[in-house]
This record gives sequence, structure tokens and C-alpha cells, in this order.
Amino acid sequence: MNAIQVCDVHKFYRRYGRRKQFATLKSALLSGSVLRDLRPDAVFEALKGVSFDVAKGKTFGIVGRNGSGKSTMLKLIAGIGKPSSGTVRVDGRVSALIELGAGFHPEISGRENVYINGLMLGLSRREIGRRFDEIVRFAELEEFIDAPVKTYSSGMYMRLGFAVAINVDPDVLLVDEVLAVGDESFTHKCLDKFAEFKRRGRTILLVTHSLDLVTRFCDEALWLDGGVAKTHGDPKRVIDTYLMDVARAENDTLAETGIRDQGSGIRTKEPEPTDPRSLIPDPAPQDMFKAGEGRWGSREVEITAVEMIGASAQPAHLFQSGERVELRLHARANQRVSDFAFGVGIFNAEGVCCYGTNTQIEGGVADEFAGEGLVIFAIDALDLVEGTYKLDVAVHRQDGVPYDYHRLLYTFRVKSPLKEVGIFRPPHRWSFSGGIRMSGL
Amino acid sequence: MISNLRRVFRYRALISSLVARELKARYRGSALGFVWSFVNPLLLLLIYTFVFTIVLPGVHPPELEPFALFLFCGILPWTWFSSSLLESANVLIAGGNLIKKVLFPAEVLPIVTVLAGLVHFCLGLPILAAFLIYYRVPVWPTDLLWFPLIVLIQLVLTTGLALLVSALTVHFRDVRDLLANLLTLWFFATPIIYPITQAPERVRRLLNLNPFTHLAIAYQEVLFTPGPFAQGTRLLAVAVASIVVFLAGYFVFDRLRDTFAEEV
Repeated sequence: MNAIQVCDVHKFYRRYGRRKQFATLKSALLSGSVLRDLRPDAVFEALKGVSFDVAKGKTFGIVGRNGSGKSTMLKLIAGIGKPSSGTVRVDGRVSALIELGAGFHPEISGRENVYINGLMLGLSRREIGRRFDEIVRFAELEEFIDAPVKTYSSGMYMRLGFAVAINVDPDVLLVDEVLAVGDESFTHKCLDKFAEFKRRGRTILLVTHSLDLVTRFCDEALWLDGGVAKTHGDPKRVIDTYLMDVARAENDTLAETGIRDQGSGIRTKEPEPTDPRSLIPDPAPQDMFKAGEGRWGSREVEITAVEMIGASAQPAHLFQSGERVELRLHARANQRVSDFAFGVGIFNAEGVCCYGTNTQIEGGVADEFAGEGLVIFAIDALDLVEGTYKLDVAVHRQDGVPYDYHRLLYTFRVKSPLKEVGIFRPPHRWSFSGGIRMSGL
Repeated sequence: MISNLRRVFRYRALISSLVARELKARYRGSALGFVWSFVNPLLLLLIYTFVFTIVLPGVHPPELEPFALFLFCGILPWTWFSSSLLESANVLIAGGNLIKKVLFPAEVLPIVTVLAGLVHFCLGLPILAAFLIYYRVPVWPTDLLWFPLIVLIQLVLTTGLALLVSALTVHFRDVRDLLANLLTLWFFATPIIYPITQAPERVRRLLNLNPFTHLAIAYQEVLFTPGPFAQGTRLLAVAVASIVVFLAGYFVFDRLRDTFAEEV
């Protein structure tokens, strides 16, 4: 038995061109085109043929990026708006937690608003009377229920809206990202309420960005992307595919920004020798750790390209914590040098230096560099916690005067399934003895 | 359409609560509160009395004494009519949050506006009654039986137009401005500040096409003009017209309903 049946649903939103935006009733009447102007001339397809069923008593999660059509889908199921084609069937009373407290009137008391909101959601006056105390207790507003709603804090407002909507006692509950409203304890109360719903065999449809909630809570999940149902089924599997896609997209974005940043220096192969200014080295900032991103140096030796290569053996910008990563510096000596050192620094998003080293510190003795060369800095395990990091790479004289210094020009991201804090993740193991029993580590 | 109308009936508890809320919210924060519903028409009536007995005595036919009262018989229902229409032009847009986020029949909103106007109209009636008694205007007792019927017809007409106007404004915001001017014209095209007998024959035929003409005359006949009520035919015609307007208004509203959530 299905509580919700969505069958090949398309939803178009009309988009008016410039002309249409300024169309008025008068001009429409004058040109006799009232009906024609009510028809869309350009459309945006928010849902492109989505089908799924939700069995009675199941909790169903919808995930996806912003603008993927999740909320549109929810509104169609709630009956606010009709699909352009296809069918949506819902069995039983629906309550939609889309915007909490929509329809509260600021000037009148919480008590009257509860009644009106309840009536709006389809309860009868008697039903509201019976549930009134429960609603107020749930919202934790016993003291303020007779004060006008305009005096409420936004948290109080949301709590009251949530309490009314949840007490409609629907057969199908639609939730659109509303759990972020209260403090921790209220969020827990909401989750308990959802769990109670579930126990009583009610159907819940959850639209959320909290993937954790979906894996923990849902029996089934759907990933919507650009109005298309990408995967559908076991939440763990759906979330994993979704996350992989998000990671891939992030990688692409980072690659793009990388190319853009490199445009400021690296990929321009030759400084035009006819321009006398290019022979003057850029002034080096006084304190390199405070300097912003940029590139400077006398350029007798240049770093012409920087790549990071992870487990995929392809240049990448996104790595798993603990992955083996190679940092490759392509360098070129514009003149033969014997006084040089290569250096690398990793900074986190706050600009804290996580690690910095150079060949000289580690005891490398420079002999000669002429022509082109490749420097590989291999990290066996990239033991950083999840976050965004930036790279410094440099080639300089042994007294520190830079030939070519690239300050924070390269960005990469580290992903981790664990959400530890800090910067560095030392390789470690937990073990327990005595009376301690613990599993999962 | 019929099933939708039945659904509106199911929401009557919501409608009555919203009307009550509307009235409460309107006066919240003012010192006199509900008293304003009486004071407003009283002040209006006093102003008209002042203008037509002291500033402009003798611009009206002598049989329409006291003229301020004659005016008031038309202006009180007109105020209900015009303010309901002006407000319902805004009501769907102002309630956009509701329409987009909560599932409930949108026609509730214009209906509430019209009904809130009706309550104000009713609150003005005691003032009118007090002045009728004060001026010893002879009111035919059987005429008063017609009064609720006239109010009902006006309710149907106003609701129909309110539905039409509210639905159209969602698509054409200019309806609001157009409407304000149209209502001014409409006011003068209705025998409220003049008796219809004063209009030339040619114009009178045009005025008779205006449904509010008949309502205004009916109100004047019941409350002001001596003699038994003799406008039954007029009233029947305007009743039929009002029902047609209501059905047409509701039809347009119903057709445009699905677009509201996207357009407001």
C-alpha cells in the first residue's frame, strides 16, 4: 500500500522575458492578448519526469543540491501547486512543515494564532481545543501564549509553528529542512516526535541537507539532481553516490580556480624579455608568513607548473585523508645555478602553517640545476583532517632570497568520513583493556 | 467548481476566525479600539451634516431633508463595497506566504475581506438608526424585512467582484491602481449623493445598468423614502445579476487558482 505515488511528474515554471515583465492589463487588453500573455513564453523545467512511490509507514528522504527540485517536489506532494504533467497521489491527511508559522498574525496572541493556524491546516476547532495544551507544552511557551506573536523571538515563533503542524497528526508528514530552528534540546524533541510518528506507522517524507539524518532515519532515499531522479533506494547507497558526485563536482571547481590562479603567473611561460620591467625582480614582502597570495622572486629559476597527484594517478584537488599524494613541481633554470633549494608549505584555511620544509632544512646539498627538471614531493599518507588547504611552493637561494616564490596559489581539499577537529591526524589506534568494552573502533 | 465551493463551506470555522482576527488586529494598539467602528461613521455623518446644512444649504431637492441622512443611506453600503474591493485587490499578494507555504483554499482570503467589511457596515447601522430616530424619519416597519435581503444581495455581488479582482491582481498588479480610479467613477455613477430622479432621462438609462444603483435605491427606499417598499422588480434583477457576477468571479478565480502559488 503506497502512501505517496509520484508518476512521471514534470513541473515547468514560466519565465517571462523582459517584454512580459512590463506587460500590463491595459496593454494586454489593447492588443487583445490577455489569454496569450497568461501563457508562458519561456519555461524552466524544475522537475523532469520524476517517479517514485513511498510505501505506507516508511520514512523517505530526498537529498540533492540547492536548486535540484526537492522543494518543488515537496510542494507538489503537499498539494500547493499542481504538476505540469504526470500525477501525484497522496493517501490520507497531509501536513507540510515547509515554513513554520506561515500565517501567524503578529498582532494577535499566540493562543489565537494556534487556533487559526490549526484551522488552516485542516483541524476542527474542537480538535485544536483538545490538543491545545499539548501544543503549548511542546513549544515550551506556557508563559507567553497570551502575548502577541510579534513579541516572540524567532525561535519561539518557529517552535510554536512546529508544534501546531506536528499536532495536526497527519497520515503523511512532509518536512522541508526545518529542524534547524531550535536549540539542541528542541531538535531532539522534534526527532523524538518523528520517531514516534514512525512507530505509529505514519509516513514521513524528509527533504534535507543533513545526510546524516537521512542515513540514520530513513528507510529509503532519493537523490534528485537538476530535476531528475538520479538514484533511489537504500539510503546508505544513495548518500554515497550523492557524496561521490558532490566530491567530483568540488574537484572540478577547485581545478577551475587552480587554473584561474595560475593564470596570474605560472602558465605564462616566458616573461617578455623586451620589457625591461620584467627583469626587475618583484619585491619580496617583509614577512612571508603574513603576506597574501602572490608570486615573486628574481626568476633565475622558475617553477612553471605545480600538480598534485593522488591515488587516481591523475592531477586532482580533492583527496581522502590518509591518501598517498605526490606534489610535482615542474621547474626550469633560465641560467645554470648551483645555489638553490626547493621548499613546500601547507596552510589551512585560517592561514595556519600546518607543515613547512625545504630541501636545505632536510640536509639536501645543491649541486647544479640547468635546463628543465621535475621535483616530486611524495607524501605517503596525507594525514590532515577534513578541510581546505593552500600550498606554498618555492625555489630560492640557500640564504633565503627567492628565485620564484608561489605564495598560497594552490588550493586542495581533504575529505574524511570522520569529523575530527584540529589540523593534523596522527596515525593512531585505540585499544581498551580492563572493564572497558567498546566496539566500532 | 461546485466541489470547491463546498470545500469553502467546510472552512467556515477558519473564515470566522480570520474575520475575528482581522477586526481584532485592526484596532490592536489604538486607545479606543472597537469604539472606532462606531466613531468612524459617526464622524462621517457629522461632517456631511455640517457640509449640507451650513456650507451648502439648498443644493439638494427640499424633499430630501435631512440630506446628510439620505447620503448616509448610500455611503455606508458603498464604503463596505469599495473598501472590500480595494482590500481584496491586495489580499492574495499580502497573503503570498500563506498561499505558497500552506495548503488551504485561497478564496478564503478575499471572502474574509468582504465579511470583515460587512461587520464594519453592521457596526455603522446603530449610528444610522440613532440618527433616523433623532430626525424622526418615518421608517415603514415592513420595509425593514427587506433590509437583510438587500444586504445579502450586496454580499453576493461584492464577493463575486472581490474574487475576480483578487485573482486578476495576482497577474496584473496594475489592477490595484486601475480599480481605485474605477471606483471613484463608479461612486459618481451611482445615485448616492444625488437622487436618481435628478439625472436626465438619457443618463438614467445608463445608471440603471449599474447594479449598485439598484442597491443604493433599495437602501434609500427602505431607510429614507416614506411609503412601503416598491422596488421588488429592481431587487430581483440585481439579485440575478449578482449571482451571475459571483459565478463569473468564482469561475475566473478557480481557473487561475493553480497559478497563484507561482505568481504571488
